[in-house]
Amino acid sequence: MLEKALVGSKKYWMWVSFLGTLILVGLFNYLRQFSYGLGITGLGRDVSWGLYIGQFTFLVGVAASAVMLVIPYYLHDFKKFGKIVILGEFLAVAAVIMCQLFIFVDMGQPMRVLNVMLHPTPNSVMFWDFLVLTGYLVLNIVIGWVTIGSDRKGVPPPKWIKPFIYLSIPWAVSIHTVTAFLFAGLPGRHFWLSAIMAARFLASAFAAGPSLLIILALIVRKTTKFDPGKEPIQAIGKIVAYAMFANVFFLGLEFFTAFYSQIPGHMESFIYLYKGLEGHTELVPLMRLSSVLAVVSLGMLLFPGIRKREGLLAFAAVALFISLWIDKGFGLIIGGFVPNMLNQVRTYWPTVTEGLIALGVWSVGFFVLTVLYKVAVGVREETAGVEIEH
Amino acid sequence: MSMDRRKFLKIAGISSVLGLGASVAQATHNIWSKGLGPDQVAQNSKALKAKHWAMVIDMSKFRTDADFRKVADACHHIHNVPNFKTPDGKVDIKNEIKWIWKETYEHAFPQQENPYMEESLKEKPFLVLCNHCENPACVRVCPTKATFKRQDDGIVMMDMHRCIGCRFCMAACPYGARSFNWTDPRPAIDPRFENREYPTRTKGVVEKCTFCTERLAVGKMPACVEAAPKGGMFFGDLENHNSEVRKIVKTRLTVRRKPELGTGPSVYYLIGGKDHA
Repeated sequence: MLEKALVGSKKYWMWVSFLGTLILVGLFNYLRQFSYGLGITGLGRDVSWGLYIGQFTFLVGVAASAVMLVIPYYLHDFKKFGKIVILGEFLAVAAVIMCQLFIFVDMGQPMRVLNVMLHPTPNSVMFWDFLVLTGYLVLNIVIGWVTIGSDRKGVPPPKWIKPFIYLSIPWAVSIHTVTAFLFAGLPGRHFWLSAIMAARFLASAFAAGPSLLIILALIVRKTTKFDPGKEPIQAIGKIVAYAMFANVFFLGLEFFTAFYSQIPGHMESFIYLYKGLEGHTELVPLMRLSSVLAVVSLGMLLFPGIRKREGLLAFAAVALFISLWIDKGFGLIIGGFVPNMLNQVRTYWPTVTEGLIALGVWSVGFFVLTVLYKVAVGVREETAGVEIEH
Repeated sequence: MSMDRRKFLKIAGISSVLGLGASVAQATHNIWSKGLGPDQVAQNSKALKAKHWAMVIDMSKFRTDADFRKVADACHHIHNVPNFKTPDGKVDIKNEIKWIWKETYEHAFPQQENPYMEESLKEKPFLVLCNHCENPACVRVCPTKATFKRQDDGIVMMDMHRCIGCRFCMAACPYGARSFNWTDPRPAIDPRFENREYPTRTKGVVEKCTFCTERLAVGKMPACVEAAPKGGMFFGDLENHNSEVRKIVKTRLTVRRKPELGTGPSVYYLIGGKDHA
């Protein structure tokens, strides 16, 4: 099936070479980081995780969100998702690959990565994260490849794949819960030390991931002969609306606990992010933009009249994605480190090199996504009009 | 014996697979089989031992800036801790590596200050270092056991050769006691003070105070304790009823940093120290 990715229009090849160029730029900058050390980034003693870990955290959510298509289709027999559930599964594959690359580029001693396996340490959440992410990647590659392969042959997928599909549902929840636990169990980091963290992670994931899917589905429709269909896109829109509502609600709970209790340690990170602390306001414009985009997108999604118009739905999806990308891919991580453990405000801003490496990783993800979607779309184009029961 | 081409290739193929298999087995055997264990190495008879090493610091004995500098320098020189500077000669707070340093009261004990305190009190200097917690968060989070708690004496140690540089321990330590080598530290080590008997570190690993395990092993007290003003720092076995640290902690008012987090710091600060501690 992979051969389908080897034939394409001029535009397809232009897109692939564009991604290839960004990957090479990222790789070149990574080699510079590899030789100099992580000091080439904006990270430091006080803010020791930044853009990379933020992107990792955000993308675990995107990966987990495939479950928002798998549950309706396989558990509730919502047939309309039949054709696009593959888009969710392949998005998960690309997202997990990016997650693993972001962890890799964040490591001080990347050549020792296998120490995590050579010296398994069950009391470390990172050990579990490594396990569940790898498992989730394998699950989605197998499920996606087998189901689309059967579709191509015009036969229902083999029965043995069903248990794997069911397993992928709790597994998706687990990857994001475990990722939240990386942060939510650390003594002294008040901003992260919150029981709602995992729930909030899942809610924001189930909003951001499916809104990316809406955008991708619209792009697929525009650029190929495969139409994911109006109704499935609308259904995803509803899912996004619910999830975003839950996410904003959970964030509100965090604000309440911090500001009603008036405990300084709980308030300070929020103040730093949204208002500025001790004269440091670096992140304020971004965080406020995130809030505005969250309110606007949620407002648009809540009204069926707006949501039903695809152009506006696409706009809301983009706004929501950017909002959550800022909130979770950046603010959430930096906020946990400011103020530092000695109650000093030491700030962070990524360097250009760091940004280019991150862009390179995103390009690898989009390259994988492009290839997988090309295969899936190719099969869908071949079997247009044929409905296959999964 | 005649052999046709097909048979020859078959045998050649099988033998190279076997050969490869054997070398893989050999390589993994080296990894899995046990190397020299601690029980096979004779201990120095002078080694200082304890069930729970702990430290008491009497800040009142530290009077001048030089008292602090002497302690920090003793530690940092002996352990080849690099001294990163910005181009204009200031401390490079982004890359800075420190094992023991001077911190103001309001930063060593955040949220303890009150609005009426004089600036001099808020800024009263305290020595801070790794607390060698009884229940260390850094050890709990490390994915490779590169940082671990020694069962016999409670020291929280680092294996610099196992550390993958994920910095989870830095996120977890509530005392900011851990430093990361953001780049090669060796050029930043002052050659005048380089200690050839202690290893330098490589880029990409985390480091921190080790309570001078290498000195305890040969019967010496930690470098900071030796360099401190008389009666400024006590180091001993908290499990031993007759040790000085135990007596102070038992009879005098001491505080620990962020005790509410349940980490159980092993570094105590003596309040209102007198001449006899």
